Amino acid sequence: MNTRKYLLPAAVAGVLAMSLSACGGGGGGGTASSGGDAAANLDGRGPITYVQGKDNSNVVRPLVDKWNAAHPDQKVTFKEQSDQADQQHDDLVQHFQSKDANYDVVDVDVVWTAEFAAKGWLQPLSDKMSIDTSKMLPATVKTATYNNTLFAAPQTSDGGILFYRKDLVPTPPKTWDEMMSMCSIAKQNSIDCYAGQFAKYEGLTVNAAEAINTAGGTIVGDDGKSSVNSTSAKAGLNNLVTAYKNGNIPTQGVTYQEEQGRQSFEDGKLLFLRNWPYVYNLAKTDGSSKVKDTFGMAPLPGKSGPGASSLGGHNLAVSVYSQHKATAKDFLTFMTSEETEKFYATQGSLAPVLSSLYDDPALVTQLPYLPVLKTSISNAVPRPVTPFYPAVTKAIQDNAYAAIKGDKSVDQALKDMDTAINSASQ
Amino acid sequence: MSTLAQPKRAPETPSPKTKKVQKEVGQDRAATSQGRWAFWLISPALVLLAVVIVYPVVNAIIMAFQKDQGLDPATKLFVQGGPAGFDNFVHWLAQQCGPAACAPGTLGSQFWSAVGTTFFFTVVTVVLETVLGFWMAVIMARTFRGRSALRAAVLVPWAIPTAVTAKLWFFIFAFDGIANKLFGTAILWTGSEWPARWAIIISDVWKTTPFMALLILAGLQIIPAEVYEAAKVDGASAWQRFTQITLPLVKPALMVAVLFRVLDALRMYDLPAIMTQGSNNTTTLSILVVEQIRQGFNSAAALSTITFLIIFLVAFIFVRFLGANAVASATPKTKGQEK
Repeated sequence: MNTRKYLLPAAVAGVLAMSLSACGGGGGGGTASSGGDAAANLDGRGPITYVQGKDNSNVVRPLVDKWNAAHPDQKVTFKEQSDQADQQHDDLVQHFQSKDANYDVVDVDVVWTAEFAAKGWLQPLSDKMSIDTSKMLPATVKTATYNNTLFAAPQTSDGGILFYRKDLVPTPPKTWDEMMSMCSIAKQNSIDCYAGQFAKYEGLTVNAAEAINTAGGTIVGDDGKSSVNSTSAKAGLNNLVTAYKNGNIPTQGVTYQEEQGRQSFEDGKLLFLRNWPYVYNLAKTDGSSKVKDTFGMAPLPGKSGPGASSLGGHNLAVSVYSQHKATAKDFLTFMTSEETEKFYATQGSLAPVLSSLYDDPALVTQLPYLPVLKTSISNAVPRPVTPFYPAVTKAIQDNAYAAIKGDKSVDQALKDMDTAINSASQ
Repeated sequence: MSTLAQPKRAPETPSPKTKKVQKEVGQDRAATSQGRWAFWLISPALVLLAVVIVYPVVNAIIMAFQKDQGLDPATKLFVQGGPAGFDNFVHWLAQQCGPAACAPGTLGSQFWSAVGTTFFFTVVTVVLETVLGFWMAVIMARTFRGRSALRAAVLVPWAIPTAVTAKLWFFIFAFDGIANKLFGTAILWTGSEWPARWAIIISDVWKTTPFMALLILAGLQIIPAEVYEAAKVDGASAWQRFTQITLPLVKPALMVAVLFRVLDALRMYDLPAIMTQGSNNTTTLSILVVEQIRQGFNSAAALSTITFLIIFLVAFIFVRFLGANAVASATPKTKGQEK
């Protein structure tokens, strides 16, 4: 009777707790490791599946239909994932771990490419599988390259842009110091001066990396070891820290993700905003936007010229487990062709990776930010290309956040960041 | 275990009594053969439970003793880590990353602060929810017009998915949000430590107090009105009636409610994950587990095993010292309500 008395509640507690425990292990499958055979099925042709996140602007379906019409014996099935990046990542990991041959061509965020490549899940795009990257913007190719091998085809890109109030600042600042000196204008108009994405999440990694790269520092060297504890990196991070301390970045800036900054800017409460090109359309068309006709766009301010933007965007990769790699490669080429890129840009506002498209007059009329974006992307530095990206971004976020809030000196923050990145990359 | 459970106040609580009756019936021979039947009938369910619960848990524990994959310096490809002994557990408990202490910015450096945060949230939210829930239950137990409408309305916060609740309060506590506008303050609710913690506590209390209230209400309603009348006749004050009658009689239901909330709060994930992304010292153990899953499965398995042991220990202590008989007798009653 007594044992039963304690067994029952213990079992209840156990079941509740174990559901968490099971979560920790569930995704696991401790067996997966070495990838498939990169030399197999290179000539395989037949139906394939293309996997990517939610097709919000309905650009993938028409392309897949077009391909299918032209290749009736090598049809592509489009598998749509959720629109949450984390879920897309986890879905890909699970399928790769189970060596699923049904995921032939996958869409990977630029920061996942190195991890998947190092796990042996992505088909190296060399020899028979090689594609032409000579016309692509170099920084985008770098995001798809790991260990000197190309593992994916750059498909879309994205770069940071400085949105500013044309009515208050006729010529946009070229350098960070110039921008900071213009903050007096914001003060006169009693609005906030500058905001980016400084809440503790991936956006902060992007912004901190931009500050560090712009000042000439680097986060991870070519050997994969941290290189962040340097004088120039200090100068870069210090720019953000000082700006937050003296109010040029508003107090609430440490809670801003993309949307909060955009709303503040559209409300006319912000002089300078660092954000992605998507803001252009919304700031122009939103009914509530007070800056419709009064905002301009410029490259991110740098040390003496344009600053170094972090790079967003997606790459296309072929699964090493695919049985129809020849078809997959052709589809890859089709999905990164000039025609497709143009379609993506006009229909989905997705930034092309082909440098020529940025100078296409017809496109520029439609998407006036393209020249600015080109400057941004050609000066861009990819975020650390490392298979330990989740740990590296965490090390950057935590320490940059502490430094900006003043909980930690810049020196200490970079020292901790350095140790944390290196201990994660062991 | 047994010593404490023996001198129970059995005559007061109605449920242990029914239990005894069942026991006597159980001695019947017919019932023995029935029991055998019952075993065969439930065995498929047992097998299913073994597959869906025991297997993943055992698998997680095995994984916890494996090293995470490491990079082969020659090929720059990941290779299997091999057996790790207790390394993964030492990594968390001693906050050791390799030979040195984990640097700030690694997950390893956050283990004990996450334990502290988790317990802080648990203690504060459960205490608040119990007190407020009790108060709400006492009000709802009275007879008045529109009582059933109120009971249904009270459930609304509990019915909303936690992730939605979290997003809701995230907007309320935004810098330009309702909270700051209402009080004319300029507090960085989600951007500084104590406001962030209180924001999360407030959201949790808002969400789960109704659950608490309804469980307690169920307990209140099985107390016969005659008991109160008798006490009144004997001249007991309202306070005496509360402490001498209501509290002891509602204890079984109360303990179940508190136990469920404690276990739930120890696993808290959605609210801090959505409202603060775990920044400003609001990282709970569950957030840590999920972040670790993205960095390495085997260390995550070790961490979730530790978390499991912590929760188990808390549940054990709770049941052992606070209400062993209460839970055993009252659990079947609450099963339908547990979500």
